[in-house]
Amino acid sequence: MADDDRDWRDQIFTALKDADISLVGYVPDAGHAKLIEASIADNDIDDVALTTEEEGVALATGAWLGGKKSVLLMQSSGVGNCINMLSLRETARIPMVIIVTMRGEYAEFNPWQIPMGSKTQAAFELCGFKVERVDRAEDAGPTVAAALSFAYHSDTGVAVLLSQKLIGAKTW
Amino acid sequence: MVTSLLDRRDVVSAFLKDRGQAAVVCGLGSSTWDVAAVDPNDRNFYSWGAMGGAVSMGLGLALAQPDMRVIVITGDGEAMMGVGSFATVAAKRPANLSILVLDNEHYGETGMQPAHTGAGADIAMMARGAGVADATTIRTDSELAAAVDSFHSGVGLRLIVAKIDPASPPRVMPTRDAVENKLTFRRTILGG
Repeated sequence: MADDDRDWRDQIFTALKDADISLVGYVPDAGHAKLIEASIADNDIDDVALTTEEEGVALATGAWLGGKKSVLLMQSSGVGNCINMLSLRETARIPMVIIVTMRGEYAEFNPWQIPMGSKTQAAFELCGFKVERVDRAEDAGPTVAAALSFAYHSDTGVAVLLSQKLIGAKTW
Repeated sequence: MVTSLLDRRDVVSAFLKDRGQAAVVCGLGSSTWDVAAVDPNDRNFYSWGAMGGAVSMGLGLALAQPDMRVIVITGDGEAMMGVGSFATVAAKRPANLSILVLDNEHYGETGMQPAHTGAGADIAMMARGAGVADATTIRTDSELAAAVDSFHSGVGLRLIVAKIDPASPPRVMPTRDAVENKLTFRRTILGG
């Protein structure tokens, strides 16, 4: 991928397509906007807007029961919403990849984002997920590809945390 | 005036007797015992937890298998905990998804504490408000018979709330090993 100089968001979408992802569940975040748009525009992907993040855990489980591979997109603030539902993933050993845009870190302007943002990685680890963090644009596509490979070859959960430094701190 | 409430096992049996190749996703607790009692089947996925997730699981399965009818059977407490998923389902409108909510107006597994549906909450109305246009409540044998007919005929997202007797029939417990359940279910649905 050394000569892949496209935007890191496009590289993530390519990783999803290469892994035959055909369902994307999401609670929107500005950092995921481009991925969500690409998913909506792709006729081979079911895009599912969720009212709350834990729905996505059950959605991905149902999809896998029916033979469909999915990813979930959410912001760090929504990871805590998933904790109880993630017992479903762990108990049934469902392969699951959750791509999280981080808030509450580098140059955060909103203090309400800090509590959940600072606990996101630990929350995933408590729930049995492997966690990969992406700080550099060139790592985004390969890390998502690796997470998908890992999760779907071993029936595990993998979270990819896209750091606020990568995404760019939100400003108004 | 309703003289006798519907029996939950009779309701589940009526909806599943002609299920054909339909897949069934069960909410935790009594709904799982009901389905295990009346129609143990390799196309059932049972829950012993994950409260609030049954409708979303059904949606994921319905999207993955658009040519297969998917039936979610769950209780009023489980449905209320995942009530936002009504809007998510309505937005996708999977024509192959049917949802049956067994509404006894109580939390049956925890000591029959009164639940919200006995205090004014109307799940069918909430579902319609979320965009599930075909959402109705049944209370009588004749309403049950009519609902079963429409449940299995044609296509279209639909939700039925069955007001049932709060009596708890004997527990019939399926496997609590979700991995075993998953593997059997996937092998049956997907083959191989």
